[in-house]
Amino acid sequence: MSASAAEFESLLREALSPVEPSADLVQRLESTLVSLTELAQEELDSWELSAMRDPRNWVRPAAAAVVGVSAGTALVALRVRARHRTRRQQSGSVGELARRTLRDVADEARRVVSGH
Amino acid sequence: MLEPIPKDKSELDARFADLYRAHLRDVYSYSYYRVGNHHDAEDLTEQTFLQAYRHFERALRESNGRPLRPWLIRIAHNLAANFYRDRSRKPESAIEDAGMVSAPHTTESLVEGREELKAILAGVQELPDDRREALIMRFALGMDNREIARALGRTDGATKVLLHRAVRQLESIVAERDGLMQPAGKAVERG
Repeated sequence: MSASAAEFESLLREALSPVEPSADLVQRLESTLVSLTELAQEELDSWELSAMRDPRNWVRPAAAAVVGVSAGTALVALRVRARHRTRRQQSGSVGELARRTLRDVADEARRVVSGH
Repeated sequence: MLEPIPKDKSELDARFADLYRAHLRDVYSYSYYRVGNHHDAEDLTEQTFLQAYRHFERALRESNGRPLRPWLIRIAHNLAANFYRDRSRKPESAIEDAGMVSAPHTTESLVEGREELKAILAGVQELPDDRREALIMRFALGMDNREIARALGRTDGATKVLLHRAVRQLESIVAERDGLMQPAGKAVERG
């Protein structure tokens, strides 16, 4: 390699220096990954079948199931789970809570698939 | 020695955490130079690791102990291609202002006041996609020919040629820009 070529590559290396991600990104990404690992397969495996009788518990296995489908739908799980408490307060009955939960899962899945 | 494939999920998660810590900066650097702004680079980095998490176990099985960095960068490469196809966008021609992001990044301050580095960065954006990507992988991430070949799905030989041509084309672009600017300066000197 000629001196000028070596010099040019040295400048190129300097121009394309590695870029540090922002602290915000690191925090957000790690929080998402931690949430994903919390929604582990074991959570679904160890789920007591009897708990399924109570629709207030449906959101947890539903969330664990979508993680197995794709990383994109894992976002669905995180969003739906985050809104679960609000729905519980708003729901007048167990049946209504179950309907709202399932509708939310479907809405979030549509949003993720459509890229919003 | 080959590390065994983790049998339980917690061990698999721990291995993924190691991969994440080792290569977050690589994925972010690749994304940033690929899309040209921090906002989209952050989205691309996030999506890359989510995709990687989903397929991690299979990647470990199929890698036969080889480093997983090329696999990660290939995910980012494919997502970036989809990003441009879906939004009918092209990479931005200039590296954005550091004020747009919440934390300082090194590149903008490094290039500040260095005209030759600015010219090189602008030239990199004018290269065809495959040449630009090969240069980013080599010079921003420090990947060797074999790693770049795996990330781009090419042979080692084809990758060597690609890199050589990319550097030569970039040199020509920068020299041409320099040539366009110099006559004005010389005119001033002559005047």
